[in-house]
Amino acid sequence: MQIVVLVKPVPDTASSGERLRPDGRLDRAAVPAVVNANDEYALEAALKLVEAHGGEVTIVSMAPSAGSDTMRKALAMGATRGVLVTDDDLAGADHVSTVRVLAAALVGLEYDLVLAGADTSDGQGGVVGAGVAVLAELPLLSYATKIEPDTDAGTVRVRRISPTGYDVLESAMPALVVCTQALGEPRYPSLKGIMAARSKEIVTKSLADLGLDPESVGGAVATTALVGSEAPPARAATRVVRDTPDAAAKELVAFLAERRII
Amino acid sequence: MLRDAVRVLADERIAPRAAEIDRTAEFPWDVKELLASHDILGLPFPVEYGGLGGELLTVALAVEQISRVCATSGLILAVQELGALPLLIAGSDEQKQRWFPDLAAGKTLIAFALTEAEAGSDAASTRTRAVRDGDDWIIDGSKRFISQGSVADLIAVFATTETGEETPRHRRMTCFIVEKGTSGFGVERIEHKMGIRGSPTAELSFNGVRVPDASRVGAPGEGFGIAMRTLDRSRPGIAAQAVGIAQGALDVAARYANERRQFGHPIAEFQMIQAMLADMDAGTEAARQLLYKACTEIEAGSPDTARWSAMCKLVAGDNAMRVTTDAVQVLGGYGYIDEFPVERMMRDAKITQLYEGTQQIQRLVIARALAGRVG
Repeated sequence: MQIVVLVKPVPDTASSGERLRPDGRLDRAAVPAVVNANDEYALEAALKLVEAHGGEVTIVSMAPSAGSDTMRKALAMGATRGVLVTDDDLAGADHVSTVRVLAAALVGLEYDLVLAGADTSDGQGGVVGAGVAVLAELPLLSYATKIEPDTDAGTVRVRRISPTGYDVLESAMPALVVCTQALGEPRYPSLKGIMAARSKEIVTKSLADLGLDPESVGGAVATTALVGSEAPPARAATRVVRDTPDAAAKELVAFLAERRII
Repeated sequence: MLRDAVRVLADERIAPRAAEIDRTAEFPWDVKELLASHDILGLPFPVEYGGLGGELLTVALAVEQISRVCATSGLILAVQELGALPLLIAGSDEQKQRWFPDLAAGKTLIAFALTEAEAGSDAASTRTRAVRDGDDWIIDGSKRFISQGSVADLIAVFATTETGEETPRHRRMTCFIVEKGTSGFGVERIEHKMGIRGSPTAELSFNGVRVPDASRVGAPGEGFGIAMRTLDRSRPGIAAQAVGIAQGALDVAARYANERRQFGHPIAEFQMIQAMLADMDAGTEAARQLLYKACTEIEAGSPDTARWSAMCKLVAGDNAMRVTTDAVQVLGGYGYIDEFPVERMMRDAKITQLYEGTQQIQRLVIARALAGRVG
């Protein structure tokens, strides 16, 4: 089966440093990029599916041109090829633009499933997967904790997290599945995978290649703007108790009792 | 990305073992298994024989990252490459098919046996002899200072086959692959060493060791040339080990200088310490850049291969010795005891000035290349 995974390069959340430029946009050059963590879970799910059913995984990203470096990491995990949509006119794109571009990038690709992460650590909209499903006219299966395609029947079943457990959804393929971390921990790229990724194909596409009008997407038509950003206030000094469990517990209880918390 | 992957593995899995490997002076089979299971030992081998097809630079990056935490462990990969190079350079497709898949998978190890007690820098004076006997060769003699000689499954051994006075000295040697269990092959002793203590350095004996002609690598008399071309490609591996050791010592010294307080200040605020740390950093970066440049030049088939190879080992080895010595100095008394790793790194660094050609031989190679250019 053919699977497309939507993968976004995001600033490494583990790195410190100023991320925003004065105009409120992300300073992507200042912070190393990584594959968005939730997308790694989606990619892991895709890799497991092709390992079980055969087929290939194509990753699709919308990012500045340096995004191909981050995509190599996803290719090293085992994806077959990448498609990178990059265009200067996309700078400052909002969720609506992102959805339009990714939906356009799917046209012409062959796929049974499109997998997307639940949200991204930078944009945090959580709507792109659903939006792409709408524009690409694909059934949407959200909050998946298990994905079971039936390639003979051309259908897919998904366990969707519910307040009481899970629901089982079924749809025809192709379909779009929004993944959760319950699908399983993403793998580390193996050395073999890293070496192989060096020669894997990443096709770069511009807005013109996708037939999109630069006036219709990107920062110029963004519907939201970031107007402020604050770091949480510094916390007071922390006291660390290092002792045997019994002694440490006594000290913690005494600390809380002293402050009349218990 | 590859460097980062190896770095994480080295930090998480190898670094905690380094002190113990040094103390026990036992070959770290667990680390060898770790490197094998992560395909790191497959890096120097072509893809068609089960390897990862890594270039010289790729192998160097991996050796550097491992050596940063444990020079003995970094050497496992460097020696696997060293031992396999005669086959890579002059082996037949049949020989590669026969031995490379297991070597690339790390199921077997290979050592490089050129040095003898009386033939060190003057490698052409090899006394180990191989005599043709029907379809076989009979090897007699002994080899000394052979890294991993006692744990290797295969030995690339160099023996004199042409004895006539009319044959030039450099045309008398031939290379053979000897398998560990072959009758007449023995490990005489393991040296007690100052550094790289977990890497067994063995004296090997060959008493009427019979090998088939199919185990001969390259043509009779080509051995010396094969050995020299091997060293041209393997010295960057030692330079990488040296850069790694230096970086490891610098990291420890810089962290210590920021944490250690004397006279009410971290000692990193004192200019005499700052100058040492700055020189250590600059020297290590210079050695690293020369190594990377040498790797790409050699890989591109530079006619100056011997010079690049000798220069990077010369600069990196001397830098490692200087930087580790200064790291001990930065840590003061704490640097001299085994509570911190810098004394081990200082002992480990010394070998990079000695093996695969002493620093004096590197200078000789560079000077000859220079003379050739001027002439």
